[in-house]
Amino acid sequence: MSEPETNPVEQPASPATPSSTPPAAKPATTPPPAAKPVPVKEIPPFEKSIADKVEAEFSGKVKVEFVKENRIRIKTSKEDVVQVAKFLRDEMHYDHAESVSGVDYPAEKEIEVVYHLGSYTDPQLANQVLALATRAPREENPNPGFDSTRLPSLRDVFYSVEFHERECFEMLGVFFEGHPDNRRLLLPEDWADLPPLRKDFRNKGR
Amino acid sequence: MSSTSLPPGLQIEKVDERIMTLNVGPQHPGSGHMRIIVKIDGDYIVSADPDPGYVHRGEEKMAEYRNYILNIPHLERPVIHDSCNVLYPYCLGAEELLGLEVPERAKYLRVIASELNRCVYIQYWLAIYGIFLGHSTMFMWPAGDRELLIDMLEKMTGARVTHSYFVPGGIRNDVPANFEDMLLKRVNYFEKRIKEYAAVFAGKLSREDAIRLGTTGSTLRASGVNFDLRVKEPYDAYGELDVNVPVLKEGDSYARSKIPWLDMLESCNIIRQAVQKMPKSGSVRVKLKPNPKGGNDEVYKRVESGRGSLGCYIVSRNTPEPYRLKLSVGSFRNLICLPYLLKGEKLGNMPAVYWSLNYWPVEADR
Amino acid sequence: MLKDLLTPQNANVFVGKLGDVLVKAVDQPLGYAINWSRLWSLWPVHIETACCSVEFGAASGPRYDVERFGIIEAFGSLRQCDLVVVQGTITRKMAPRLRLVYDQMPEPKYVIAMGACAITGGLYFDSYNVLPGIDGILPVDVYVPGCPPRPETLIQGCMLLQEKIKRLKAR
Ligand code: SF4
Repeated sequence: MSEPETNPVEQPASPATPSSTPPAAKPATTPPPAAKPVPVKEIPPFEKSIADKVEAEFSGKVKVEFVKENRIRIKTSKEDVVQVAKFLRDEMHYDHAESVSGVDYPAEKEIEVVYHLGSYTDPQLANQVLALATRAPREENPNPGFDSTRLPSLRDVFYSVEFHERECFEMLGVFFEGHPDNRRLLLPEDWADLPPLRKDFRNKGR
Repeated sequence: MSSTSLPPGLQIEKVDERIMTLNVGPQHPGSGHMRIIVKIDGDYIVSADPDPGYVHRGEEKMAEYRNYILNIPHLERPVIHDSCNVLYPYCLGAEELLGLEVPERAKYLRVIASELNRCVYIQYWLAIYGIFLGHSTMFMWPAGDRELLIDMLEKMTGARVTHSYFVPGGIRNDVPANFEDMLLKRVNYFEKRIKEYAAVFAGKLSREDAIRLGTTGSTLRASGVNFDLRVKEPYDAYGELDVNVPVLKEGDSYARSKIPWLDMLESCNIIRQAVQKMPKSGSVRVKLKPNPKGGNDEVYKRVESGRGSLGCYIVSRNTPEPYRLKLSVGSFRNLICLPYLLKGEKLGNMPAVYWSLNYWPVEADR
Repeated sequence: MLKDLLTPQNANVFVGKLGDVLVKAVDQPLGYAINWSRLWSLWPVHIETACCSVEFGAASGPRYDVERFGIIEAFGSLRQCDLVVVQGTITRKMAPRLRLVYDQMPEPKYVIAMGACAITGGLYFDSYNVLPGIDGILPVDVYVPGCPPRPETLIQGCMLLQEKIKRLKAR
């Protein structure tokens, strides 16, 4: 269970290679499928420049995990996440969060929370989505709200994460410090089981 | 009140004599499948607190037990009347993970199907809006005209609403012969019909707030932000089509209900263009290995659905099943502006404001 | 002879007997009339529970028009309703509310379980938040299978319910 590398992970070639007409919807930057082994995808320059800017500002604190076409993923620790988010909002003009998803990694004893940030104000960034990932420690016997699974809330930076963080809290038990309203959102009021999206919660019969 | 002694998620209400708390829903003609807890002072809403989750079915958890093909039917259930669009980001994501290239004809058929579906969705939405406003004709007209396009979708896919038409690697089957002519005839008639439709001024959302709250879809575009993924991040065949997205500046309920209506006209245009440009024959689907495995990767794909941008985040860890799948749906993102919009409104305006957000509770709950 | 029988002591018994005879004579036509009026004006409650409500909406639309069959569109308040069409998935959060709605309705009341989800849990058989069918909380009269059922199927289900009401004893 290794992390995605910095360079885009190359896909295994599709099993039944179709007699592919050239993909017309994609921009012309797609490399020609010349060499069969490991056709190196070039890293798109605009995305690279954004990632470089963030890396230059927070050298050592953030890790750029991949730069793909229109997608960047940045990982940071939970201490720095508010600062990085503020920087992304003020300097890079990402103005809203599209989704906040928690991913449980029981093997690494961590829960990852990924903020997908987008921008409406900057037309250049319209097709960009930046994934800002951070990790919280995970406990074997969760007690949502009272254990060490905590992250600082980004609600003051991006107002739009409010409900997403509430959902993340009940689904994975990640308590967001500084969130004004960490109430239950989707689950029934009397839910007393594990947070359902953790990996050790099994659906019945599975 | 020592709120610290209670676990988060529970709370004790303070009682005020002047402010009345009203539970609207889930059994209420003006709420749909959710509850809105409104506090009213006389006739004015002091605060509104949406309480979704009545249709939370744990789709994201279920997706972790099913492989990429088996995930199709239940992932379109959140919005069955917009089922092509809700599957779209999932299919795009799965294609990227599995390394598939969609045939050209399938791309156009996908565009046609999703635009038809958008019209069907918006018609239903308008019809329910009619119920919310207590306007019978506004229910009957869209509900009737909707069937025209449902017929077309039925010809295409074989089902009235739950199509399961998109699969990773293309679409399930080709359209029947003569489909294009029928489609154009219906679309032209449909366009004539909806031009005959010719509501409500409340709940103003300014441009800045629409951005700050991270709204999407018609809610965003009614507030003057020109953002539509069909233009900004064209997927499949949308890059070759000419899409003019309607944008209004007013930001009130009327604008928010007008945008989908204008969207339908635009959809008719797009369908006509797509039928013209579509390759007349060719394969529509890439063959898949049984139980295909995604690599050690993650994707986030988004499309413009009837309710706004709809994102699908798939984390794959070398297994046939997604490791984590998250749908970031437009309804859920628009829900956040409900408390904001309802504050200070009259109670009677609540259904109009609420439904104008283009909100479908089943989708928001997943 | 009648005078002998009608003593003050057994007048009560006599009247009771007379009533029995009367009921025997009138009960059937009266019950028939009551049932007849019930079955042509079924008022469904406006409670949508999941995605099947889309097809329920389509069924009340102009093309399918269930009103022809005496199923009135779901507009009323639940105090006037006598039919619950459970439109799909019942989650754990919804189940108590559904029962509450059912309990508040006046007798007699009928339940149609619409869609695979309401019958067995359907697609969501292994979900953690979905009830495996509503039989556990409501007495179901008619099951309408499908995911979602086509409006025609729903109409057929309603007609079956009407058949059933016709044969029920009117209370
Ligand atoms: S039966 Fe199908 S359409 Fe009906 S609620 Fe269940 S999933 Fe939705």
